[in-house]
Amino acid sequence: MSTTGGASTELRIISAKRTIRQHVLDIISFRELLATLVHKELKVRYKNSSIGFVWSMIQPLFLLTIYGIAFSILGQGFRAFPVWLMSGLVVWTFVNTAMTTSTESITANAILVGKVNFPRAVLPLATLGSAFVHFCLQLGTLTAVLIAVRHHIDVAYVWLLPLAVLALGLFLAAMGLILSVANVYARDTQHLLNLALIAFFWGNPIIYEYIRLQGWLSHHHLPTWLPLTNPVTSVVIIFQRALYGTDHVTGRNLLPPDGPLWYLRNIAIIAVVSIALLAIALRFFDRHEGNLAETL
Amino acid sequence: MDAIVASGVSKVFRLHTAQADSLKDRVIHLGRSKRRDFTALHELDLTIPQGQTLGILGHNGSGKSTLLKCISGILRPTTGQVQLRGRIASLLELGAGFHPDLTGRENVYINAAFLGISRKEIERRFDSIVDFAELDTFIDEPVKHYSSGMYVRLGFAVAINLDPDILLVDEVLAVGDEVFQLKCINRIKQLQAAGRTIVFVTHNADTVREICDRAIVLDHGRVIADGEPGESIRVFREHLHAHSHESASTVHSAADGASITSVTVQHAGQSHGHSYMTSGDALTIEIAYESAEPIDDAQLEIELLDRLGRTVFRTDTDRLGTPLGRLDGKGTVSFSTGSVPLLDGDYALSVRLSDRRHDRLLDLREGEQSLSVVSHQRAAGYTAINFDVAHVYAEGPAQP
Repeated sequence: MSTTGGASTELRIISAKRTIRQHVLDIISFRELLATLVHKELKVRYKNSSIGFVWSMIQPLFLLTIYGIAFSILGQGFRAFPVWLMSGLVVWTFVNTAMTTSTESITANAILVGKVNFPRAVLPLATLGSAFVHFCLQLGTLTAVLIAVRHHIDVAYVWLLPLAVLALGLFLAAMGLILSVANVYARDTQHLLNLALIAFFWGNPIIYEYIRLQGWLSHHHLPTWLPLTNPVTSVVIIFQRALYGTDHVTGRNLLPPDGPLWYLRNIAIIAVVSIALLAIALRFFDRHEGNLAETL
Repeated sequence: MDAIVASGVSKVFRLHTAQADSLKDRVIHLGRSKRRDFTALHELDLTIPQGQTLGILGHNGSGKSTLLKCISGILRPTTGQVQLRGRIASLLELGAGFHPDLTGRENVYINAAFLGISRKEIERRFDSIVDFAELDTFIDEPVKHYSSGMYVRLGFAVAINLDPDILLVDEVLAVGDEVFQLKCINRIKQLQAAGRTIVFVTHNADTVREICDRAIVLDHGRVIADGEPGESIRVFREHLHAHSHESASTVHSAADGASITSVTVQHAGQSHGHSYMTSGDALTIEIAYESAEPIDDAQLEIELLDRLGRTVFRTDTDRLGTPLGRLDGKGTVSFSTGSVPLLDGDYALSVRLSDRRHDRLLDLREGEQSLSVVSHQRAAGYTAINFDVAHVYAEGPAQP
């Protein structure tokens, strides 16, 4: 039996509080667990299904077809409305999945938390990770379909997408950390969240256009920058701009007629806010982590 | 060098009189919140040098499991800190986190990842884990098809084959069949010989005597004895006696709802003024209990242990076909037998009272009473079986 020299001399301290830096380092040292859990979650979900993760990819394809048929009959919206809808919906699905699953991530693993020591933050982060994998699969299929049907994607905006997803990821991580702990103390959190998300969906310009939201706000003498305080909106509109490919249809504006820099500014703002939020979330999480095993 | 240094460790739990698990309860109780703090550990200091095997003794609610959880990091101390040197593995988690749909192999990797072990390292140790767990080809079957024994064996195999510097053990050696238990004890002894630090939490004084170099006794979150296992076990037993009445009113017992108030043993030897009984004599074990709240499905278990802490005999009211049913208030339960067919020896008696509906231990008395048995049998082992020998001469040697 041999131990690695590093491990045997390593000194670990367990106390009520630790710094954010230490917390992050602890999480990083368990990155392999994070990867394993993401992998496990995907594996479990598609166990006993013959085509596995292809199901994730089929969903956007299917929705696109259904919306295409539905709106060609209803005649609603504008040109290629299903594409517009899907550009926003793919982001929304990510937000929705990540928030609901990470909220339940600690309570669903109560036995583990009571018996094994590991940085608990790994649990909500792993669910975020697996939601991200799904998002990538869905986005990939959507893009492939758009290219296949020769839909015009605006390449000048595509480079903003990874940045937007990164900023959104930080925001979702912070929310996941806070909500997962809140759900341990009051299980109502998950139910409240489900309702809140339904309302929140309509707060984002997914089914309607951003410009319409702005118009409504200015009509009621409310500040038109208000929607941009919502990180999901900032991300949704950049996806619409890049994937739908234009900010106007036959003279009618859908999105503000600004260039990529305007979108970049929005993303930068939410990134900064999300980082601050994440720091608060990590601190909050750390303060409660030592009692989770007992409260569950 | 010290493997574990706990300094000024306190753990305070916030008890909510009504379990406020929902937001509604919280809002309702916001103004007149009936919270009270329960201190499970009181500024505890404990230094465990590398290579020592420490036993932690204490009755239920003494804080011993809380201490172990603070050392493992599952809980964090409210004040004070614990310093650990080296890799820690605990036998608290047997099979926790196994996913039923995944195979044993996949679960081993996940289990190890939770312990912070890299995939590379687990690959190196994989064969010895499967070997130890005696799973063979089952390792590639989903664990939902495992028997409970296989499940626990695999969990144990992962924890113990990670070559920890510090091993934490919490009353798990009662799992699995006897052959596997022996294997576990042997592996623990191997770790001891290799200079690893082991912390044992148990009710069983005999296990402590057999394995530990040092033992501490906890009571109400304080260390009341620390030293040689023999000396600590003596304190532990005296304490159990002295406080058997008081413990009924402690926070923990009150929360648990019922307790054993006395255990008495009656046998023929006593009427002749002997402290021992003779093999084949009648025996009655009388257990008095008191319950603060109604317990719907209670069970009493009695067990006789030999000097090494091995089970000689164990049974319970359900197995005997006389379920205790509902406990409310005070009562006495007696176990009687016309004959005890045991060979010479001292047998420790332990009694457990549990709530089967909620699967929790209500009270436990271990080693307070013992049986000294004298037997006239010419035999070795535990059981007095009367054999008559008859030799029938069938045929003489073949004549040349």
